[in-house]
Amino acid sequence: MKILLTVQDNSIAPRFDQATEVIIAEDDGPQRLAEPRTIILPHRSAEELSDLIVKEGIECVVCGGIEDSFHKFFTWKKIIVIDGIIGSHAEALQRVLAGELRPGMILPSAREETK
Amino acid sequence: MNDDISALPEITITTLLNGIPHAIAVIDRDLKIVVINEFLEALTGLALTDVKGLYVDFVLRSNIAGRGRTFREVLDTGEAVVLEGDIVGRDRRKIPMQFTISPLRNSREETIALMIVLDDLSATVAASGLVQDVDETDSIIGQSPKMREVFDLIPLMAHTEASVLITGETGTGKDKVAEAIHKRSSRANKPFIKINCGALPESLLESELFGYVKGAFTGANKDKPGMFRLAQGGTLFLTEIGDMPLPLQVKLLSVLDDREFFPLGGEKKVKVDVRIIAATHRPLKKRVAAGEFREDLYYRLNVLHLHLPPLRERETDTRFLLNHFLRTFAERTGNDIKTFSDEALKLLMSYAFPGNIRELRNIVEYGVNICQGRQIEVENLPKYLLSRLAPISPVPREPASPPEAESVPSPPRMEADRDWQAIEKDLIINTLTQTRGNRSKAAEILGWGRTTLWRKLKTHGLVTSTESSNT
Repeated sequence: MKILLTVQDNSIAPRFDQATEVIIAEDDGPQRLAEPRTIILPHRSAEELSDLIVKEGIECVVCGGIEDSFHKFFTWKKIIVIDGIIGSHAEALQRVLAGELRPGMILPSAREETK
Repeated sequence: MNDDISALPEITITTLLNGIPHAIAVIDRDLKIVVINEFLEALTGLALTDVKGLYVDFVLRSNIAGRGRTFREVLDTGEAVVLEGDIVGRDRRKIPMQFTISPLRNSREETIALMIVLDDLSATVAASGLVQDVDETDSIIGQSPKMREVFDLIPLMAHTEASVLITGETGTGKDKVAEAIHKRSSRANKPFIKINCGALPESLLESELFGYVKGAFTGANKDKPGMFRLAQGGTLFLTEIGDMPLPLQVKLLSVLDDREFFPLGGEKKVKVDVRIIAATHRPLKKRVAAGEFREDLYYRLNVLHLHLPPLRERETDTRFLLNHFLRTFAERTGNDIKTFSDEALKLLMSYAFPGNIRELRNIVEYGVNICQGRQIEVENLPKYLLSRLAPISPVPREPASPPEAESVPSPPRMEADRDWQAIEKDLIINTLTQTRGNRSKAAEILGWGRTTLWRKLKTHGLVTSTESSNT
């Protein structure tokens, strides 16, 4: 599964449309995932980010707050959206790979990561 | 007074804040939540017990925080600020807000915390017209479930930069949908350029699309920018993409991949930023299989696919559209026509409208212009309707094509198709006889575009060999 996480520093970015950095990770089942790659976006744009997600063939998006129209769009494209996540992107990725991440989760790392 | 805001009796603060009819958060000097009131809990869907001690940005989900910079400035200056922005709420709705960020001071006038008060501006913004919630699809009409699906998809497609392929029979509104997508996209204030790939011979289409430089060929007296450059920053709508000649398909694919091209005769590459929306009434997959359309281009264009159902599959819409166009044309012509007679309505409702909405619209316009009374009678409708009615009415209704499957439904059955081909040929001949060979008038009567008529003339072998070889 190809997963995209919108990030801000060490955390999941609070808002999808405000994210300027994403991490893309690929999970090949038991073979574990290849080194996740980070992409710095030229500017904040939910449209361009959506475009990237479609073009990259992302199957799962992990993010903070996301507008309904984008959520619907991804659902329509059969992309899983796990939104409303608060916490570190490392923990979010770990949990999504373990199948334990649910929308709206506040992860324990949220308290450690906060500034 | 205590210097530490978090040491204040929480119950007292919460009770106090809950008494104020605004969403409020109090944060400490580390920008962590001390308390939020129940209005903010409702707005964010997050409970105080869960978010206490979390960094404010993650809770508010606003666009004003700038990674905490805004709040830190208030802490540093001690001056309250009022900002306008928005938050993404619990229900994934973006809500315009006014944020008032005020310092909370101790007895020594030191800022120990910040209070953020959120004022919902939805009503104000909507009233002043700042929210662009105008229905851009207002020129696309329908209430059937299939059209509702299309209406739902248009804003979704507008949200991305990916290419869109719109399929559907002639007259189903592909152009209008393409325009609606453009108008709702971030490119709305940039050009929307439409070009019909089936209407021009290859060489002309190439120069129209990519432009040429002065001296590229005889008659090229000056530079011509071409549609790609004219659509810079906007959307290029390639209609009848299925009719694009193969050599041009290669060049188009290369432009889509590289976002740059050489104009005809040019030595300098031109960079373009154009979103492509393509449309066709042809079954592109079949054309790919037949080697008439490049497979790579098909997949490049078909990132997002929207299929427009023919009128015969839009159950309730025929009646709705008949009434809509009747009202429109009656108002436009100043006629006092109120309705259709029962017989006329029965005839229209049992008709298959192979030309879809364009044909339906033309039939109603014809009726409104011909009718002298208050209701449109059978005799006020185009004569060809009667002759076509009998064989067409039993056309079986096809189940809808799945959105990701082959887009253009094939005719119901081979036998029915063969019948229809014969009927269509007769119909074209009769109409052309009626218009004394005037193709524009014939196309209008038939409810088709001129290009469609020309294509059908070719299909039925109704053009002379000289004409055919000229195209």
